[in-house]
Amino acid sequence: MTLKNTTRRGVLKGGALAGAGLALPQILTAGSHSGYTNAPQGANVTLGFNVPQSGPYADEGADELRAYELAVEHLNGGGDGGMMNTFKVSGGSSMLKGNGILGKKVAYVTGDTQTKSDAARASAKSMIEKDGAIMITGGSSSGVAIAVQGLCQEAGVIFMAGLTHSNDTTGKDKKANGFRHFFNGYMSGAALAPVLEKMYGADRTAYHLTADYTWGWTQQESIQAATEAKGWKTANNVLTPLATTDFSSYVAPVLNSGADILVLNHYGGNMINSLTSAVQFGLRDKQVNGKNFEIVVPLYSRLMARGAGENVKGIFGSTNWHWSLQDEGSKAFVKSFGTKYGFPPSQAAHTVYCQTMLYANACETAGTFNPCGVVEAMEGLEFDGLGNGPTTYRAADHQCFKDVLVVKGKENPTSEFDVLEVVEVTPRAQVEYAPDHPMFAGGSLGACNPGA
Amino acid sequence: MDALLLQILNGLDKGSAYALIALGLTLIFGTLGVVNFAHGALFMIGAFCSVTLNKILNLSSTTIDETQKDFLGNPLKVKTPYVESWFGEVAGQSIIEWSVPLAIIFAIPIMLAIGVIMERGLIKHFYKRPHADQILVTFGLAIVLQEVVKAFFGANPIQTPAPDALSGVLDLGGAIGLQLSYPVWRITYFFFSVIVIGGVFAFLQFTTFGMVVRAGMQDRETVGLLGINIDRRFTIMFGVAAAVAGLAGVMYTPINPPNYHWGMDFLVLSFVVVVVGGMGSLPGAVLAGFLLGILESFASTTWATTTIPGINQIIIYLVAIIILLVRPRGLMGREGVMEE
Repeated sequence: MTLKNTTRRGVLKGGALAGAGLALPQILTAGSHSGYTNAPQGANVTLGFNVPQSGPYADEGADELRAYELAVEHLNGGGDGGMMNTFKVSGGSSMLKGNGILGKKVAYVTGDTQTKSDAARASAKSMIEKDGAIMITGGSSSGVAIAVQGLCQEAGVIFMAGLTHSNDTTGKDKKANGFRHFFNGYMSGAALAPVLEKMYGADRTAYHLTADYTWGWTQQESIQAATEAKGWKTANNVLTPLATTDFSSYVAPVLNSGADILVLNHYGGNMINSLTSAVQFGLRDKQVNGKNFEIVVPLYSRLMARGAGENVKGIFGSTNWHWSLQDEGSKAFVKSFGTKYGFPPSQAAHTVYCQTMLYANACETAGTFNPCGVVEAMEGLEFDGLGNGPTTYRAADHQCFKDVLVVKGKENPTSEFDVLEVVEVTPRAQVEYAPDHPMFAGGSLGACNPGA
Repeated sequence: MDALLLQILNGLDKGSAYALIALGLTLIFGTLGVVNFAHGALFMIGAFCSVTLNKILNLSSTTIDETQKDFLGNPLKVKTPYVESWFGEVAGQSIIEWSVPLAIIFAIPIMLAIGVIMERGLIKHFYKRPHADQILVTFGLAIVLQEVVKAFFGANPIQTPAPDALSGVLDLGGAIGLQLSYPVWRITYFFFSVIVIGGVFAFLQFTTFGMVVRAGMQDRETVGLLGINIDRRFTIMFGVAAAVAGLAGVMYTPINPPNYHWGMDFLVLSFVVVVVGGMGSLPGAVLAGFLLGILESFASTTWATTTIPGINQIIIYLVAIIILLVRPRGLMGREGVMEE
């Protein structure tokens, strides 16, 4: 066979056919989703950052907002690029080039969730309907995240959850348009229980104080199950109203309960106040059943650990990310954030920065802002370089799976930011679970909704 | 028995705070006839006087330590409080450690001034307006004050620990064979509130100024006709009420780390305390404060919350309804107050 029949026209025809063939999957997926809510017109695309700017989690909201602004700056080609330079997806670099998203400059609007579900839904609705936000992201409460995720599903926009730790967010309340990068209560239990057994032994009796809403319930259930599997007993679980400020009347009964461990399923201001009460009542100096009384805070954040001051020293917990990690992604993010703002980022800042990058990458991969295209690009995505090691966005429930950090309050901090130390990086395999695990059962992702 | 006594003690220290706030609130109502919804904010500002003094005492000089690195890998900036430089490390640390008790001295003039400015600058313009207007303006003021505090101090609670000598727990039951220990600072708070309440009563009962104020509370017009400037005295009483709320806040900071929302957290409860005690009745406010504190404490026990879920959240309001049905003027209310 010779090449004498090969003509210029034939090569062009063949090339065109091959190109069309290669592009077919993309055409059948992303391109087929034509009409969708808030399709960007003009040179800009608008993202909606819905964070608590008032209320008990306002400090975390402020840190989230800083991280969002940094992410937007990096996406638009400003600054040092941060984790955009270290972000890799399976098969190579991310699709992000610092020229916005799909060539459109990234703009943003902000809303105040007030850490109230109704206020958060109202501000998200306003950003979608009035400001034309194509994606909503943020939040520092699971109650808020679940409420806004539901709204985004109905409205046909993507929701990239911020700090939400309840199993329900990607469990019974999961939605096709919603994605969570942050870890959850089950993962905290799976990571913490072996460390707690190693430190305190298997013959322990725990008393739980639990914030009375979705996050508290699911975290308590997870920690109880994980510690009982290691041999611990559970003396009691007392639900405390979210608005409680003085926990003394809840802490006092612990003294004579026979328990030798107090688990505080509290977050933010609740945790600071309950831990303060527990320390005031001398629990940490107490001996019960011949053992030292211990306190555990399953979900830690640096911001609240700093608020709790001296009281956190030596107390174990888990966290999604910590600024002291030495991988390239974490170092790049800390440098970028620290240079801009003068202090290291919190885990809330980290997760929302990652979510913004992941969304932008998914749009680039899909070649569209259409939520259904984005969902397809995100489902099953394997990535690395964002500070948590190799990570997967599981298609079955839109939950990220990655390593979890077990931390404890540092005994001798060198600065006001140096309040937690990483005790163990729990490998991802240890915190994974089946999508139909009983703690996550009861809901369905449903189909993606592109909206209008 | 141990648990019972523990909850009574717990109720007493909670009740101390309610009583102190309600005392100032009812004092303002009794003298000026104003329903002051900004009174909780005064408690919060008092707490932040303590935080501010702690921050002032922690003002530091900075030196560069080349041997240590900060989170960005730059040489670490080491801060040394000026008080340590001036008075030596041990004395300086002791001063910082005792910042909460010292804040009492710091807060009194500040709270008096805030009270007088608030009354002269804003509230006096609303004396002849309906109670609804007074409530709206003072509630608005409370929101402004809490937002100002949030802008300066952030939203998270701020730790303001008690001195080491007053931290830890005191064994109260060892001598009588009970397992009863209680935080030293909470016991201190209870005795502090008793002293402040006693001081206010003594001031009103045993001084000429107090006698005039009490006369003015009974019949403002007649006292005015005697040529006494009762308005000035009532303004001073507003300042005193602000100072009482502020001191309650100062001393409460080691019990609960303060945040900007404290005012609102305590406001509604304090109003219930005033209403249950009887509008304008000082002894009523104190009695109701302790009573409701103890009831709230018992309602939060495991036994109570298991028997009647949610009882801890409604007990105060439930008791308020019952008391007002049985005694419409509250426990020690006077005839004619808010009954025109």
